Amino acid sequence: MKRTMLVLIFAVLALASLALSAPRHQAFVVSAQENQAATAAVKIDNFSFGPATLTVAVGTTVTWVNHDDIPHTVVSTDGAFKSKVLDTDEKFSFTFSKAGSYPYFCSIHPKMTGKVVVQ
Amino acid sequence: MSGGKKDEILHDHNHDGIDRRGFLKCMAWAGTGAYCVMSGGVLKSYSLSRLSEMNPAAAKGELSFVQISDSHMGFNKPANPDVAGTLKAAVDKINALQTAPEFLLHTGDISHLSKPEEFDTVDQILKDASAKDVFFVPGEHDVLNDDGKQFLERYGKNAKGQGWYSFDKKGVHFMGLVNVLNLKAGGLGTLGQDQLEWIEKDVKHLKHSTPIVVFAHIPLWSVYPDWGWGTQDSAQALAYLKKFGSVTVLNGHIHQTMQKVEGNVTFHTAASTAFPQPQPGKADSPGPMKVPAEQLRSILGITGVNYVQGQHALAIVDSSLA
Repeated sequence: MKRTMLVLIFAVLALASLALSAPRHQAFVVSAQENQAATAAVKIDNFSFGPATLTVAVGTTVTWVNHDDIPHTVVSTDGAFKSKVLDTDEKFSFTFSKAGSYPYFCSIHPKMTGKVVVQ
Repeated sequence: MSGGKKDEILHDHNHDGIDRRGFLKCMAWAGTGAYCVMSGGVLKSYSLSRLSEMNPAAAKGELSFVQISDSHMGFNKPANPDVAGTLKAAVDKINALQTAPEFLLHTGDISHLSKPEEFDTVDQILKDASAKDVFFVPGEHDVLNDDGKQFLERYGKNAKGQGWYSFDKKGVHFMGLVNVLNLKAGGLGTLGQDQLEWIEKDVKHLKHSTPIVVFAHIPLWSVYPDWGWGTQDSAQALAYLKKFGSVTVLNGHIHQTMQKVEGNVTFHTAASTAFPQPQPGKADSPGPMKVPAEQLRSILGITGVNYVQGQHALAIVDSSLA
């Protein structure tokens, strides 16, 4: 009994270490496949983007939803993406296919800024 | 003003014996009965409930005009589901003035979403005003999606650059400025280099005694930069106006009346004809402020301005819609 227990524990540990030491590129491939459908959301509320910094995997589609009574926009600082004006409850989505840091702001209320970090 | 205190002019250009240094900063939240007078007469401001206290002579100048602002036609949220109705009320108020104004200034956010039908509705409502000439400058809500192209086509036929222009009425030089385009992340309202150069040229040959009225949407002084209530290069524009004895700056954007004097420059913001916004820093954000329906019209308003030739002073009357 004790022996079986030990074998079991060993097996679990071995499996865990295998999973942990799996080659990074393999994990990457898996996540990229999953990311065909990966999504994330940014809420626009009270003249701010939440979360202000969002970190996602490559391939993720990010959707911004405006919950304010005032229209806003989502405009990349370096031109990567630009929404039309979003009135209350309107949405804008963009799929990030390349890793990098994507600062953006509301071109109507430029004090509103945010960032998407794609890894 | 974003240039800070160094731009303050300590000398009183109207020679009325009042040292304006530091003070002459008066905030009037329209409709709350706030009442602001500067003796010696650069500006007088009354809310509607105090109009009876106004010296009738002050209402009769060589020139009077009315400023309206922030109509946000198309807005239909709880803060005001009837922005057409409140704009009409403003027009009724204008038409009830004892001295018909020569013209109207609209300091932007005519529309809420830059839709053609929103502009059409405002134009239609303003046709009923006693003053037929309306001079517009754009708000950020008027230039959505097209960098102001539609605005320019509708209202900027005689404008320069992206919509700025000047005109003269009875010895007063008016300058309509655009500070809602090309806004940069994290920044404030922007005039831009081209417009600054134009301002310098436009006033170069004017006599120093010429009264100047500047109107633009976003305040040309730092009302509350955390909420974007200021213009980052306004100090440069105001530097070109330093030589003039009387400069009045009329703005909108913040949906409440506020006044301030720095040296020879008097700054005013007008109330919105559509919905009120909170006082600087008094809420999480500058979004529309919902007030009880019976109070709404007392917080919305128009601003009437009278100019008395020879005195180089403009009297401003803030009037609520109640």
